[in-house]
Amino acid sequence: MQPGISKKRRAYILLMRILMWLSVALTAGLVLFLVTYVMAKGLPEISWNLLTTKPSYLSGNIGILPDILNTVYIIIAALIFVIPLGAGAAVYLNEYARNKKLVAVIEYAAETLSGIPSIIYGLVGMLFFCSFLDMQTSLLAGALTLVIMNLPTVLRTTQESLKTVPQSYREGAFGLGAGKWRVIRTVVLPGCVDGIITGCILSVGRILGESAALLFTAGFAHAVHGFFEGLNSAGATLTVALYVYAKEQGEFGVAFAIAAILMVLTLLIQLAAMLVGRYFKKRRDL
Amino acid sequence: MSDIITVKDLCLWYGSAQALKDININIPEHAITALIGPSGCGKSTFLKTLNRMNDLIPGVKITGEVRYAGQDIFAPGVDVNMLRKDIGMVFQKPNPFPMSVYDNIAYGPRTHGIKGKAKLDDIVERSLRDAAIWDEIKDRLKKNALGLSGGQQQRLCIARALAVEPQVLLMDEPTSALDPISTGKIEELASALKEKYTIVIVTHNMQQAVRISDQTAFFLLGELVEYGDTETIFSVPVDKRTEDYITGRFG
Amino acid sequence: MCLPMKKRQSKIDPVTGGSDIRPPVLWDSLMKKQAFENFIYGVFLLLGLITVGCVLLITVYLIISGIPAIREIGLFKFLFGKTWASTAKTPQFGILPFILTSIYGTAGAIALGVPIGFLTAVYLAKAAPPKVKAVVSAAVSVLAGIPSVVYGLVGMLVLVPGIRSIFHVPDGASLLAAIVVLAVMILPSIVNVSITALEAVPQEYEDASLALGATPTETYFRVSVPAARSGIAAAVVLGVGRAIGEAMAVMMVSGNVANMPSLFQSVRFLTTAVASEMSYSSGLQRQALFSIALVLYLFILLINAALNFFLKRSKEA
Repeated sequence: MQPGISKKRRAYILLMRILMWLSVALTAGLVLFLVTYVMAKGLPEISWNLLTTKPSYLSGNIGILPDILNTVYIIIAALIFVIPLGAGAAVYLNEYARNKKLVAVIEYAAETLSGIPSIIYGLVGMLFFCSFLDMQTSLLAGALTLVIMNLPTVLRTTQESLKTVPQSYREGAFGLGAGKWRVIRTVVLPGCVDGIITGCILSVGRILGESAALLFTAGFAHAVHGFFEGLNSAGATLTVALYVYAKEQGEFGVAFAIAAILMVLTLLIQLAAMLVGRYFKKRRDL
Repeated sequence: MSDIITVKDLCLWYGSAQALKDININIPEHAITALIGPSGCGKSTFLKTLNRMNDLIPGVKITGEVRYAGQDIFAPGVDVNMLRKDIGMVFQKPNPFPMSVYDNIAYGPRTHGIKGKAKLDDIVERSLRDAAIWDEIKDRLKKNALGLSGGQQQRLCIARALAVEPQVLLMDEPTSALDPISTGKIEELASALKEKYTIVIVTHNMQQAVRISDQTAFFLLGELVEYGDTETIFSVPVDKRTEDYITGRFG
Repeated sequence: MCLPMKKRQSKIDPVTGGSDIRPPVLWDSLMKKQAFENFIYGVFLLLGLITVGCVLLITVYLIISGIPAIREIGLFKFLFGKTWASTAKTPQFGILPFILTSIYGTAGAIALGVPIGFLTAVYLAKAAPPKVKAVVSAAVSVLAGIPSVVYGLVGMLVLVPGIRSIFHVPDGASLLAAIVVLAVMILPSIVNVSITALEAVPQEYEDASLALGATPTETYFRVSVPAARSGIAAAVVLGVGRAIGEAMAVMMVSGNVANMPSLFQSVRFLTTAVASEMSYSSGLQRQALFSIALVLYLFILLINAALNFFLKRSKEA
């Protein structure tokens, strides 16, 4: 037996290991830097006044209450539409569809949708919802644009969890003489709640971070409205407000405050997605 | 005939479960040693200890001594990669890499630093000839190895193991996934290979052990129950448990 | 309900098909039930077709609104014109600067992001201790969740000044800044898709390599990576799609001037060309923006097709 591997091999192995470690360190370091930098810059800028007032050119006040409300409204409105659409499409694909070609077409369409850049959604949303359906620039138009964007997400997560509902449950229910719809309502849908919830969490994350698709559909206004009134009027979400404050008004303090809020929410959403995933996995394994 | 591998008081634990108990065995060179015994008796574990493939499993603890060519294989100075170069292995399921036939064979030599097309060509041809598959696939060297039949894949894996010029070849139930004809070819091949190599083969198939092996070791519940000439073991076993096993009373 | 299952599901005509005599009331309710089930089926079919409808809607709208300007300007002049001066007295609508910027920017982001993401993925999928893997994977998903405007903001205030002082250029808002931001933004896609592909490599391949005397590190790079190459290619293509489609972060750090691309100059991408002029555009200028979106969309469709190709191949392997 030879004593050991050659120097050349040793050098190659060492090189690859160092490159791997550097890459991992860089990736992890980037995240650490981004989170701490944004927090350090943004958290001190957050004040009660900022969170609870609206901006006014007259008094020079800057407040992001309208942007917070707009974000909440747009998330609620988008979820109300996207859940039934996405989950329904998943149920169709998994429970009803017999035609393989049609399934392939629908799945390809969903994949295509998830690859389309948000700026294109924004443009088509503007043409279709704002102009063609005459919704004007409004939160509702923005929300509907986001519905199309998030459709594939909810579709996919629901479909994945539908696949984990054991076939025996369905057979059992059919065997008791239940009709198809009854089986779906009582056995299949309750079994895929986890997928729907995961899809919602992911969608909320995406909506929270979305800006390009909202610029021309939901607009830039900073007015405080109630929910239904708000949906019919234009309004900036937190991300759009961040963009406007940073790029067009040079108000970096506010921008960082919003960035810090977004960062905290992003972290919370990640955590929620992880916990929900773990919770449902545990329940399923029982 | 001298012994190429000597094993003394070998014990092995997976976590707290003991899988091998005080194994003592000497494996002679240029012979085929068959390891038989019911599933879970530790024969595969023992085989994988010989080239330290068990090192990969977390929680494994080993005591005792295994010497290969006089060298303790667990000694701190031993390079496990060199050990595995000398003690090659063929697995239960044929596992060619998803590359061309040529690249499969050349993988080992390339890893160990052999370059140059002429040299590699030579090694590839020689290994494939030694594995008795050259004539069948010499025209398909550039084709993906996954396109071969199961039996061809397994012989390719043997050729791949031969390409790094090992001294010992460990075979872990190499024919269990194959049809009878392919099995026959592999057995023939094994018998031919013992001229140049030492072979240790785990098998479930007692006829196979009788057909090809010179020595047979019978394992049961992590113990080496009996070890000796294949003829002796199968005709006049000393231990009652061996007799029960080879006569098919359990297994 | 005591009718046997089979009858209810079969397509035998309910009135003439069965031979047993049934009470008409029960039969009537059965028919109603069937109609109801058919109705539900229709609803779900409709929901299933909505995704297809959306893709068609987007495609049709982009084509209808994108074609007129191209017709008026001329396809060649539009695609290969080097000057974009949409608000000049005699406006010029050449989008070659945008196309090239998008291509260079994406290529740069890939050149920077892929090696880092790929090596990170190999480490996490194969070599990392479980705890390190859990922590870094969580970090990567945080990276994926950060909104693009936040990347833009940090880029504006850290990267742009940094580039200005390191390279002594008058303005740090440049193609280089955009490339760095994009490289970071595509990192999570590349890492996650590559990890999935690498983890799908059968253990047997790796065992075979180790048994031949290759070290674990050699095994990862010479056996696992080649075995996962389709999946890794898909990761790269996904990264290309992400990079070419990103608008906001790029808009904030690239200076947004319609120059031909050059590393230290302000540039404008296909995405940012649309975004930056849309709010005040009108007439032919506005139509030209739609045409730009159409060009971008065609790029994306091409990338999607490539992605699908690699994903399919990786599933087959």
